[in-house]
This record gives sequence, structure tokens and C-alpha cells, in this order.
Amino acid sequence: MTTAPSLLIKDLAFAYPDGNQALFGVNLEIKKGERVALLGPNGAGKTTLVMHMNGIHPTMQGEVRIAGEIVDAKDKEGLKRIRSKVGIVFQDPDDQLFMPTVGEDIAFGPYNMGVRGAELDSVVDEALTQVGMLEFKDRAPHHLSFGQRRRVAVATVLAMKPEILVMDEPSSNLDPASRRELADVVRSLDVTIVMVTHDLPYALELCERSVILSGGVIVADADTKKILSDTKLLAANRLELPVGFSLS
Amino acid sequence: MHALPSHLKIVTVLLFIFVVVSTPITVWPAFIAFFTLVLATTIAAKVSIFTLFKRALIEIPFIFFAILMPFFGKGERFQLGPFNLYRDGLLAGGSIVAKGTLGVMIAVVLSTTTTAREILRGLERLKLPLLMVQIASFMLRYVNVISDEMERMKIARESRGFHATGIKHWKVIATSAAALFIRSYERGERVHLAMLSRGFTGELPHTESKKVELSSWLQALSLPFFALLISLIFRVIG
Repeated sequence: MTTAPSLLIKDLAFAYPDGNQALFGVNLEIKKGERVALLGPNGAGKTTLVMHMNGIHPTMQGEVRIAGEIVDAKDKEGLKRIRSKVGIVFQDPDDQLFMPTVGEDIAFGPYNMGVRGAELDSVVDEALTQVGMLEFKDRAPHHLSFGQRRRVAVATVLAMKPEILVMDEPSSNLDPASRRELADVVRSLDVTIVMVTHDLPYALELCERSVILSGGVIVADADTKKILSDTKLLAANRLELPVGFSLS
Repeated sequence: MHALPSHLKIVTVLLFIFVVVSTPITVWPAFIAFFTLVLATTIAAKVSIFTLFKRALIEIPFIFFAILMPFFGKGERFQLGPFNLYRDGLLAGGSIVAKGTLGVMIAVVLSTTTTAREILRGLERLKLPLLMVQIASFMLRYVNVISDEMERMKIARESRGFHATGIKHWKVIATSAAALFIRSYERGERVHLAMLSRGFTGELPHTESKKVELSSWLQALSLPFFALLISLIFRVIG
């Protein structure tokens, strides 16, 4: 039996209202359970692509399917389902954690999906346990460190039991220990993951496959190690491994 | 006191203030009794008297003009020590100070025994429009984020040798304020996006409310009840 891919993007093109075209026909298929790094220089259209995955940007041309279901910004009910399947972890955890306490914030998503009562409590506890933050349930987000807030932000979308987890720059602004702790969390999750990042060693560590988006098209799609050892390809797309970093 | 549901506390405080405000200042013994009642509540709530007075100081700018009232006015005058005062002004000013102080003090007891979050929950249970509660709760969440941002902007200005000394520097401060406003606005949009991504449809989760015991109601309402009793007794005998 074949299951539908978690994410299927066909010929996706998009231009902003000011005429600035960001995507020129993107094709991407991500199977269930895969962890894929989405690499690319600033302004390559990575964020724009991510915004298509849950219908924040309406699809203009081409199509986006999540687990077989087409993303249609006009279909309000369908959109609600899509948004429960696609969990986006935004870059700044302060944008994501808007409720007064950590526990309430985690409950926000499942509540919107109609989960109530004891079930809601258990979903919240489970998500917090997954990121190792259960003891912070009743704390206010601004009392947590940046790394802790990032992990709570991951939990807020895990609580929605997503089909696919999209992380925007997960390792940015984290100290090395928080970075490693987050990597442990990511590795422990049994979910399809798309990770938008400039942190190439992090991509190598966590994702078996990488995709380079540049100038609004996918210019490379292969094994992460293979991509990172192609210095010409990296240089052409303004990507660089840290000085002294060795792939072996 | 700490354990009472917050909406009971809010109702209690409002009723108490209502009783105090509706008592005429001329029955002044009642106000001494009110004051004793507030102190008793403070002690019962295990709030230190020192904290109470320290936090009540916030009222000073507001009663400043009330203190001046006996000196400016018209009508009957009388001598009190070295001062020549207006009777009406003294009564009006005294009334504002006494009632204001009692109101502030009981509110301090409320805010000391209740977290801001709990107060919001209480307001929600008291059926305050949801939109207002939501706005207040977002303010509560983001006031730190924005003040941190403001502090970073200030440090960044000063790191480049800027010190606000006079009116000619107001332009820089104003531009910073504008930048902060725009940043906060943009943050608002990002937060909204994050909310949409998690299926927001215009309604924030309610916290499930437990049933309130009758004894809690009685305990909470005893304060305004005694205040009302005092007010009536002194009005009758006074």
C-alpha cells in the first residue's frame, strides 16, 4: 500500500502583489517520515514557500497537497484541516507564544481543533513531555530562556499532532547546548520534518535529504552529504560550511 | 483570601468601593471603621502592612489636587492651626482623599493576592466583553517583550554616543518611538499569522470554570457586608 506523500508541490509559482515574483515553478515531494532541510540564500523564497504549505499565501499557480489533500485558501473548512496537519514553528518564539502561560499556549491549537476537557490536558502534557518542558507548564513565556521558548514553540505545534512539522531557522540564536537539546528533540519525533536553515552542519546532523531553493526554483535535491560536498553548488547559492568543518 | 476565586474578589472589591463612595464624608467615624476593616482584611490575607502602604503610594499624584482644595475655594472659612481654610473645600478634599485611599488600599490587597492572569480570568467570568479581556491578556504577554525592545533601542542609541539632554533631542526619541510602534505593529501581524497557523477562528480558549462553593461567596461578601453595616449604623446614630 502506498501512502500519500506528506507534502507534494507541483509547479508552484507566486508573485507578490507589488509584482515581485518569488517562486518560479517549484516541484517538491516529501514522503511521510522524511526529514528534509530546505536550504538557500536570503531572499530565495524559502519563507514564501513555507507560507504556501498551510495556505497563508493562496496558491496562484500550481498546487500544494498535504497528505493528498489540496491546499485551497478559499475552502475555510479544508484550510482548518490543513492547518492542523501542518505545524509551522516560526523563527521568533515570542511571535508564537502569545498566551499568558506555557500550558495555555500549548492548548491554543488543539482547542481550536475542538479538543476539550481532560483530553486537552493530556494533549498539552504529552506535547510538553516530548520537548522536555513539562515542569514549565504554568510559567509565563517571558520567564523562560530563549532556548526553552524555542522548545515550547515546537511543542505548541506538536500538540496539534501535525502530519508535517515545518521549522523556520530552528537553530538561530541558540547557544550550543540549546542547539543540541533541540536536535535531540527533533530526532526523537516521529513526524515528517521540513527544516528551513542556513546552519549546514545542523542540516547534515538531522536531515538525510536536502533541497536548495534559489531564485524561486529548486536547484538541487539530493542526499545532504552529497549536496554539502559539492563546493561549487554551495558557492553558486551563497551557502558555506563553517571554516574548518569536515564532512567526514 | 489567596485561594478565593478571582471573580469573587473582584466583585467584593467593587462592592466595598461602592459602599465607601456612597457613604457621606460627614459620618467620619464610619471611615475610621472602614479603614480598620481594610487593615483587618490585609492581615487576614497575610499581606504585610508595609507592602500595603508602599504600594498605596501610587495614589499620591492623583490626590495632589484634592489636598490643595481646602486652600482655594469660596464660602465659609475657618482657622485650623496656622491655616485659614475653606470648609467646603476641606470637606470635598477630605472626602476624595479618604475614599480614594480606601479604594486604592483594597485594590492593592486584591492585586497583591491575585496574579494579573487570575484577574483577567475573573473578568472573563464576570462576562466582561471577550475582546477587552483578549486585548488585556495580549498586553500582559507582550508588555515585557516590547519594553525589552525599547531598552535595546535605548542601549543602541547610547552606544553610538547619544544622550537625551534637552528639547533638541526629542526628534530622535520621537523617531525611536515611531520605529518601536511600527515594529510592534509588525510583530502583531506575525503573531496573528502564528495564530492563524494554529487554526485561530476569533475565539480564545476559555478556562473551564469550577463551581464556586457557597462558603467562598459568604467569605468574600462578608467584607462589603460589614462595610454596609458600618455605613448604615453610623449614618443612623450620626
